[in-house]
Amino acid sequence: MSTQPNSFRSQPDERGHFGIFGGRFVAETLMPLVLDLEREYRAAQSDPAFAAEFDDLLTHYVGRPSPLYYAERLTEELRNDAPAGKGAQIWFKRDELNHTGAHKINNCIGQILLARRMGKTRIIAETGAGQHGVATATVCARFGLPCVIYMGARDMERQQPNVFRMKLLGAEVIGVESGARTLKDAMNEALRDWVANVHDTFYIIGTAAGPHPYPELVRDFQSVIGKEARAQLLDRTGRLPDLLVAAIGGGSNAIGLFHPFLDDPSVSMLGVEAAGHGLDKEHAASLAGGAPGILHGNRTYLLQNEDGQIDEAHSISAGLDYPGIGPEHAWLRDVGRVEYTSATDKEALDAFQLLCRTEGIIPALEPAHAIAAVTKVALEMDRDAIIIVNLCGRGDKDIFTVAEALGTQI
Amino acid sequence: MTRFAAAFAKPHPALVTFVTAGDGDTAAILDALIAGGADVIELGMPFTDPMADGPAIQAANLRSFAAGTTTADILTIAKGFRTRHPDVPLVLMGYANPMTRRGADWFAAACKEAGVDGIICVDIPFEEDDSLGSELRAAGVDQIRLATPTTDAARLPAVLDGAGGFLYYVSVAGITGLQQAAQASIEEAVARLRTQTDLPIAVGFGVRTPEQAAQIARVADGVVVGSALVELVAQHGADAPRHIETFTRSLAAAIQGAKEIAA
Repeated sequence: MSTQPNSFRSQPDERGHFGIFGGRFVAETLMPLVLDLEREYRAAQSDPAFAAEFDDLLTHYVGRPSPLYYAERLTEELRNDAPAGKGAQIWFKRDELNHTGAHKINNCIGQILLARRMGKTRIIAETGAGQHGVATATVCARFGLPCVIYMGARDMERQQPNVFRMKLLGAEVIGVESGARTLKDAMNEALRDWVANVHDTFYIIGTAAGPHPYPELVRDFQSVIGKEARAQLLDRTGRLPDLLVAAIGGGSNAIGLFHPFLDDPSVSMLGVEAAGHGLDKEHAASLAGGAPGILHGNRTYLLQNEDGQIDEAHSISAGLDYPGIGPEHAWLRDVGRVEYTSATDKEALDAFQLLCRTEGIIPALEPAHAIAAVTKVALEMDRDAIIIVNLCGRGDKDIFTVAEALGTQI
Repeated sequence: MTRFAAAFAKPHPALVTFVTAGDGDTAAILDALIAGGADVIELGMPFTDPMADGPAIQAANLRSFAAGTTTADILTIAKGFRTRHPDVPLVLMGYANPMTRRGADWFAAACKEAGVDGIICVDIPFEEDDSLGSELRAAGVDQIRLATPTTDAARLPAVLDGAGGFLYYVSVAGITGLQQAAQASIEEAVARLRTQTDLPIAVGFGVRTPEQAAQIARVADGVVVGSALVELVAQHGADAPRHIETFTRSLAAAIQGAKEIAA
């Protein structure tokens, strides 16, 4: 496939390509906007005032840095089943403690600052689980900009608390009835809005996907997760981790954790896709079950049939219920820098409950997929090995879904 | 002379009509368009995620999928059309993923073999031309490019580089089938485009009535009508071809009359 690059951190190229992935596959109407955004992002990158404002908001509004926490009880619980000498230390990067309860806010702060630099007066976004919608509505309220959130009608049903949160924050939430009525359809509808309102509207994309420069800038804004984790672990233990683990829908929390470590050869990385009912049934694991294709502005792995029609994804986690993946993950998979695996709905539910009981942390169903993978790999690693898991969201929003899956009335 | 050149060399502006492949009896619908006076056919390739399309064409895509339409079916429809109408230009219009799924070279060859004259791919801007354009050009299939209200003077030469068949001016920044642009802005845009290209210029998006078509025909080389035709398929089902022929006839008459008034 690709030759080994000198650095894994120098992507994308000037056309927004990560190897064969990424790019700018949008309608001509949107192309000038996408180019404007890139110009503005480059200007912001070299403007110390932009970085200062971003950092200030992350510190005082979001509550960063988020803690790095050694999950001792979970570690010990898993060691009970591990062979002698095995059972790695499990640490959590606690981005679920951010304002709004997930990592999504990091990116929204960055993008709304870009929108303001560009003089845009209206914000739109798509959302799956509602976490990105809530984060977008939050920053819109904070900066006094009108906000329209597109959300699949099916996701609205299963994420009622987040729908109400967005409305409280002053956003208009528009239910999308097309397709499977989930995240992919919400993204289509947001793109339709954008193309009709190019003059005044900024589209805050929630994951590290879409046309260049979105995958790059979302990654950069989310990289605060990995930068902090790297410094925190070095400070606490004097060493780098052996393994990073994160759940992947579009992949923004994972790339945010991974990217600052990509050139540390001793650090392994594991992305966890949603295997839904199982990889041989309905699922959302586009690396495991997809093929390269073009959707929503970028070339990446997609769940699709032999005619290039996009398959519906399935995951118990609305945030992972998407038939594609960010293009940088597609590239990192193909060059072999990051390994990818998957966890089923059932495995995620088990991990969700395990974390509640052992650590007193109710995780979102998204990072529950990462925990599910950790319960397997930790057993194969030495006891002095260190795993950092990105606990990218809290589970308050998911308690209704989990109750239903467990057959409990609340 | 190519089929495109012949179609745009007629004494009247060309009526360019769009319908979605596999939505209803497509062969009969295409024949009705020709009988009604269409000069160029755009055959929509349905896609599960048609993010540049409004509700009418979204619904047409869903009806087509419900009928089980595949890429092979679309190529069969194209071949049948080419056999029945050897002189009418045929364009496949759609999105990048269905076009490139089996490889751009495969798609270009399949288009050539089916007698397709040109391709409109909504989501491949010139920046990503190497994903499809070179293969189409090598196969002798024209790549019809879209210019929009946001295509500025700096972009236009690159949009035109490698373009063939005709230039499709998308008259509104938006999705298919909704609002129509003001006539003055269309006239200004077409005049601007003419200084940069010798390709015929067809104008579309939001053209729903013979009156609107006639207005555009006074300044453009072609008028594209899509959603209004697709809605007739939705409305009339198996009876659609008859209604489509009548409506197409009214569009063609308006366009032909427009030029006479202008002259």
